[in-house]
Amino acid sequence: MNKVVPAHNIGGYIPLIDGPEKVSGRAKYTADILAPNMLAGRIYRSPYSHAEILDVDISEALKVPGVKAIVTGADCDKTFGVLPIARSEHPLARDKVRYRGEPVAAVAAIDDATALEAIRRIRMKVRELPAYYKSQDALAPDAVQLHEKKPGNLERDVFFELGNVEQAFADSDLVREGVYNCPEVCQVQMEMHAAIADYDAVRDRITVHASTQVPYYVHMMLSDILGMDMSRIRVIKPHVGGGFGCRTETLNVELITALLARKVGGVVRTVVNREETFITHRGRPETDIKLRIGLKKDGRITGVECEAFQRGGAHSGYGVVTILYAGSMLYAIYDLKHVKYIGKRVLTNTPPCGAFRGHGTVDVRFAFESLLDQMASELGLDPFAVRRANLLHAPTFTDNDLMINSYGLPECLDWVEQASGWKERKGKIPRSNRGLRKGLGMACSHYISGASKPVNWTGEPHATVKIKVDFDGSIVVMSGAADIGQGSSTILVQSVAEVLGLDLSRVRVVTGDSEVVPKDNGSYSSRVTFMVGNAAIDAARNLKAVFVRAAARMLDARPEDIECLGEVYRAGAQDKGATFEEVVVEALKDSGTITVTGNYSTIPESHGGKKYRGSAIGGTMGYSYSAQVVEVTVDEETGVVTVDKVWVAHDCGKALNRLSVEGQVQGSVWMGLGQAMSEETGYHEGLLMTGNMLDYRVPTIQDSPPIECHIVESNDPHGPFGAKEAGEGSLAAFLPALTNAIHDAIGIRYNDLPVTPDRVHEAIEKHRRAAARGKSNGGA
Amino acid sequence: MARLIELVLNDRKRVDAVPDNLLLLDYLREVAGLTGTKTGCDGGECGACTVLVDNRPMLSCLTLAASVDGRKVETVEALGRDGQLSAVQRGFHEKLGSQCGYCTPGFVMASVGLLRSNPDPTDDEILEALGSNICRCTGYVKIIEAVKFAAGLQAQGVAP
Repeated sequence: MNKVVPAHNIGGYIPLIDGPEKVSGRAKYTADILAPNMLAGRIYRSPYSHAEILDVDISEALKVPGVKAIVTGADCDKTFGVLPIARSEHPLARDKVRYRGEPVAAVAAIDDATALEAIRRIRMKVRELPAYYKSQDALAPDAVQLHEKKPGNLERDVFFELGNVEQAFADSDLVREGVYNCPEVCQVQMEMHAAIADYDAVRDRITVHASTQVPYYVHMMLSDILGMDMSRIRVIKPHVGGGFGCRTETLNVELITALLARKVGGVVRTVVNREETFITHRGRPETDIKLRIGLKKDGRITGVECEAFQRGGAHSGYGVVTILYAGSMLYAIYDLKHVKYIGKRVLTNTPPCGAFRGHGTVDVRFAFESLLDQMASELGLDPFAVRRANLLHAPTFTDNDLMINSYGLPECLDWVEQASGWKERKGKIPRSNRGLRKGLGMACSHYISGASKPVNWTGEPHATVKIKVDFDGSIVVMSGAADIGQGSSTILVQSVAEVLGLDLSRVRVVTGDSEVVPKDNGSYSSRVTFMVGNAAIDAARNLKAVFVRAAARMLDARPEDIECLGEVYRAGAQDKGATFEEVVVEALKDSGTITVTGNYSTIPESHGGKKYRGSAIGGTMGYSYSAQVVEVTVDEETGVVTVDKVWVAHDCGKALNRLSVEGQVQGSVWMGLGQAMSEETGYHEGLLMTGNMLDYRVPTIQDSPPIECHIVESNDPHGPFGAKEAGEGSLAAFLPALTNAIHDAIGIRYNDLPVTPDRVHEAIEKHRRAAARGKSNGGA
Repeated sequence: MARLIELVLNDRKRVDAVPDNLLLLDYLREVAGLTGTKTGCDGGECGACTVLVDNRPMLSCLTLAASVDGRKVETVEALGRDGQLSAVQRGFHEKLGSQCGYCTPGFVMASVGLLRSNPDPTDDEILEALGSNICRCTGYVKIIEAVKFAAGLQAQGVAP
């Protein structure tokens, strides 16, 4: 008898199940879908930063032959927004425009050239208002309000103090303060925003293809904006070319395209260009941070005081959540007792910011790990020793009630220290001639595995997965989880195959069509592997129970005696058993087509506490941890910084797919590198000056270092097979690890990002001049 | 004005009337229906539209359709034999050189162009050949591995 063993599908290097489509050009993204009679949509955008709209004249535009419909703010008085408490945005501006590039009108025409011609003929009459491009200007006492309901242009003011920070500082051996600036950065996902809306006037139904991370939000917002019952709407998410957070929110492009399609009674496709995609960025807000930390001589942190101002842009968007994350996620990485946080989310006349990979945590982590490094050297302590002096011990709850059940940071620290040769090499790398100096820097970061409470809290399970099995014996997994390139569909297939002991080839996955798949809360905050993975495991177990009952009947045995070997079900080791196909045939006799559902709900302990307003933000079922060492070479003559190598260790609980985890971790580190070294948006009086990938400097392959990745598995007790998130937590640590390495190389600290060659050069020159002055004055 | 062009597109002879100002990218996507070639920027920034013209990687967004008259054009859809993935396609799939997949056709075609002219590239030659393509997912680490893996497969006789 051949030995039958269940197939194992967890923990290996598994290529993405939709990889063949992507490498052969068969994968269809929204802009690739062509329908006969499709009209081209195009958006007219405000040339003003802040103005009252007196008139939008579309009469000349309507005369252009081939124009089928034009919509303006007059066509929709509803608002949208990702947070139920902050839906402040009209798809097309009414009454006021609040940033340059805000949509004001849109045209559907027979082709793009015709639509463009019509756009050129739209005229807008306004009364201009003072505009504010910096947080401080918008907060000035005499500033004009952007939104009627937001006095002082403050979207949200957060304050909490847990413990007694002043006392903690008084008890410290060293207290230091640092001021940091992190400019606005954008996701720059490779696929530009696109939507196709197909309105069926006969049945009053609409189908929308959207390049989104959360089809469910698009569905809800379409219903609100169109005033249509949700049952009349179908949302399809084709392949999506990256998101990194910008597509968590429903975007105006999707809503405007739907408004056009309904008005024209047909199909409209809007593909915005790269500059418009930058304007619709929903990126990371410019953040100004003032941070104070107190330390004991042995490196223990006594107290922390953090003040963060975020320039949020012209609408609420995700703002409240972002400013809360920046405070709550001070916790959950080190053992902190006395913490004060002041956060201000400011409304300005710039395009709205949103959730960007590492949402809310990155800039504050940069400040924190930079100041810690500076204070460690002042105390003569090794940066690793300072982290080790402040470790948490899982399981535990933080002072702000965040639940931690697994904590692999110590192992992360050990690995990067050892792999980088830190002990032997730190401070001892020989200086080469030609003014090239080398340095090593380290830092840590962490992230959530999905917000424990979804933004739209409905009381339903956090995630639901269905599985269908029919006469053909294929296992069809149905999920609303949006694969945007992170590999979520692959994880679902792996999870189901693992539980059933079947080869991956037995399992198919259907996602991205609201007509077929269960609702999902979407691909954001690194929730999918954890929440949807657990729901998939639950569904697969339910399916297995169906098969076991059928096998028991066939084999004349009790269900509890049935052993599932994947392709064979048997009653005891001597039993020849029944094949998987035979079991399926038997099981179908009960109900016909088999469908099972699996759910996952987070536990209340993970929902965060009630110690301050908004303290639920930051609550999750499991935190990932990351430690990094960065090695740099700084050219003192040119200011060019080269990252020679990055060592990163990431605690993802359990690597379900090592290939994916490595890819996610490397991608995160690299995205941190972009923010740290070259990326920032620039505006001139509200006009975007960096609306392309040459002025907005995304690192090329030639700018990018080798990234050696080590996976730490802390096996979270709640995670699917022990897993936690892998796609965000390693981003933040790169930024401070880089600036700490530069400091190690040339003795200069950079608190303002990005660290571009001109900034480095300028600081080196300033340093030299100061040193020369010091010498001529007889030395300091 | 329009003109008649005759080209070999993915091994098939085609004759099309194209406006003088039609970009090769739009010709491929909207006229020939080959949507594997992607638009990722407003012109020459990202490399997602890279195709081969007479075996050389070209940005189809900066190339007029009229200019490929009489030439051989290959897109990502042309690769692979008998339904199997080509060496470069296997590299990007099996080594995870592709995550969201949007930049992938451009990277794949640039890599095919490289390996056809230089079957055993050094690291620096790979970086140079792919220096004008942008990927936002991978951090490029696994793209380099993918190209090296593909070079190995090509050495065993698999077409790039």
